[in-house]
Amino acid sequence: MPADHQPEHLDSTTASRGTGATAVDPDAGPGATATVDVSAARAALRDVPHQPGAPKPDPIVVVDGIRRTFGGLTAVDVAHVELQRGVITGLIGPNGAGKTTFFNLLTGFDRPDEGEWSFNGKSLKGVPAYRVARRGMVRTFQLTKVLSKLTVIENMRVGATGQKGESLLRAMFAPFWRSQEAGNTARADALLERFLLIGKREDFAGSLSGGQRKLLEMARALMADPELVMLDEPMAGVNPALKQSLLGHVKSLRDEGRSVLFVEHDMDMVRDISDWVIVMAQGQVIAEGPPESVMGDQRVIDAYLGSHHDQDLDPETEERILAEAEAELTRQRGDDDSSSPTGTSFTDPVTTEGEHRA
Amino acid sequence: MDWHAIFSQALQQGLGPVAAVYCLAAIGLNVHFGYTGLLNFGQAGFMAVGGYAVSSFVATWGLSFWLGSLVGLLAAGLLALALGVPTLRLRADYLAIVTIAAAEIIRQTIGSVTLLKYFGGQDGLQGFNDSFANLNPFTGRIGIPGVVSWRPYDFWTLLVCWALCALACLVVWALMRSPWGRVLKGIREDEDAVRSLGKNVYAYKMQSLMIGGLIGGLAGIMSALQHSAINPSFFATDTTFFAYTVLLVGGAARVLGPVAGTIIFWFLISFLDLFFGQATAGTNPLIPDFIMNSNQASLMRFIFMGLALMLLMVYRPQGIFGDRRELALDAR
Repeated sequence: MPADHQPEHLDSTTASRGTGATAVDPDAGPGATATVDVSAARAALRDVPHQPGAPKPDPIVVVDGIRRTFGGLTAVDVAHVELQRGVITGLIGPNGAGKTTFFNLLTGFDRPDEGEWSFNGKSLKGVPAYRVARRGMVRTFQLTKVLSKLTVIENMRVGATGQKGESLLRAMFAPFWRSQEAGNTARADALLERFLLIGKREDFAGSLSGGQRKLLEMARALMADPELVMLDEPMAGVNPALKQSLLGHVKSLRDEGRSVLFVEHDMDMVRDISDWVIVMAQGQVIAEGPPESVMGDQRVIDAYLGSHHDQDLDPETEERILAEAEAELTRQRGDDDSSSPTGTSFTDPVTTEGEHRA
Repeated sequence: MDWHAIFSQALQQGLGPVAAVYCLAAIGLNVHFGYTGLLNFGQAGFMAVGGYAVSSFVATWGLSFWLGSLVGLLAAGLLALALGVPTLRLRADYLAIVTIAAAEIIRQTIGSVTLLKYFGGQDGLQGFNDSFANLNPFTGRIGIPGVVSWRPYDFWTLLVCWALCALACLVVWALMRSPWGRVLKGIREDEDAVRSLGKNVYAYKMQSLMIGGLIGGLAGIMSALQHSAINPSFFATDTTFFAYTVLLVGGAARVLGPVAGTIIFWFLISFLDLFFGQATAGTNPLIPDFIMNSNQASLMRFIFMGLALMLLMVYRPQGIFGDRRELALDAR
């Protein structure tokens, strides 16, 4: 709720465009809008049990026994998970939980050691990344990937799928693709308008700020008219004002009938916009449910937030934790062999604890 | 100091057939490196394949020159395919390693004693260009009277070669303004981003490698014709790097970059050669003998060219035609 209205106080330009959710462009998603009833999809989630791997009434993605190891480290080991169509699903978990690897596996950017997964009922096993995108599952990246030396509008045009002018033989003769190009440009302009980037149309994408790049990446993904938008940390490195407008944009994706899966660390955002939350820790799905229920789940609190997440640190505790960390570091320096495979000493106590309880 | 002779001969080189051959080679590299970001360090290999296909077809097997040219282009395309299949899925630097190695392998193989009866070993082949030379309509020296002139055969080759450059530029222009060219530029910037938008990056890189390779093969054919002879030393590694210099001087990812680059490069390099040659010649040279003798003078052009290239990279890294703003983004 607060996300919808805050932009008006924080950022007048955002407000003037409407809060994203309300200013849905009908041209932007003709494919997706018609087929899915958003409120029904959300309502259907009410009866889904709050446990890992729970079956959904209308899943768009189904994952079975997907496993990816890097040497001795099992990065992802998900037994079963389903994503409901037409809702925003949040994927959370501590650093190194395997969220991004999971993303890469689903979108074909990485190959699992074993496992099956399907999109709209069709298996995606062994399907290359570009085909996954063509089927309607488009992702963005944690480290934003804009095409720096292309202008903003050119970035957008690259996003359109099925372009006739992208085949070598037709490319040389403009009449083959000119009208399609004009159509794509109009669609791109509408999206730029909606994502507040129209003023930057002719600028090089490399000259945009971090937040504008996130916006551009999201808008560009929409050029492909995806059914499922996968956002890898859409809020990372974005200032608070822009964050609110981004939130509105993510919601607007759902409201025009697309499904959204996003990875995020910002708990407020997760609570605010997700209809359903999946929690990963150490490569496994440890909990599922609506945000309120998941946030209250003891396993999640321990695994993800640490057991002191809702208490302010009093000076004594703070000193004690610092001293413990210090001691841990000294111990690790003294004995390199004993250093744990999972990473830094700070996440260690937390994740091991989560493992015990899960 | 005969300034008129220096300028006239430098211009003769700058617009001459050698410059035009390097222009073609650089246009091919522009497709690879400038537009797609593929580091091809073996353009000389593509040129060798094209040039040797023509010359051996005629001189060794007595077949048609035109068929040889066609096969030369085809072979350059196949070389691109062979190099691309294993390397284009890997990171960009692997292509650089493979192409530079492949170019050397080709050069050594062609010059080897074992294949002497086909390719003429280190002496190479001659007498394969009759069909081309017979089409030459020119007689007597041709050029702008009092400014610059060429021998008729040279003028004929430079005319054909520049015409091919114009054609290649036209093709590059038509391709790079299209959505196809946009995908290539996208790949240059970030191939994962392009892949995530549903483009088959591998296929695009392969197409780019083959198109640039074909243009390189064409450059090799023209190089053989221009010399009326061919031997492995034409296709040493420095050929590739001269072509890169030409491209960088003109400005990468600009259609006319290679054209401007090659004219400037060959004008300057012969200008410096002629200047230092004259400055150290005679009984009372401009540059005294204890500073530099005429043997040393011939090397000065490379020293100055290297210096010029360094200064260019520092003060105008985008080349003559490049867009400074575009390059400034790299600093981020």
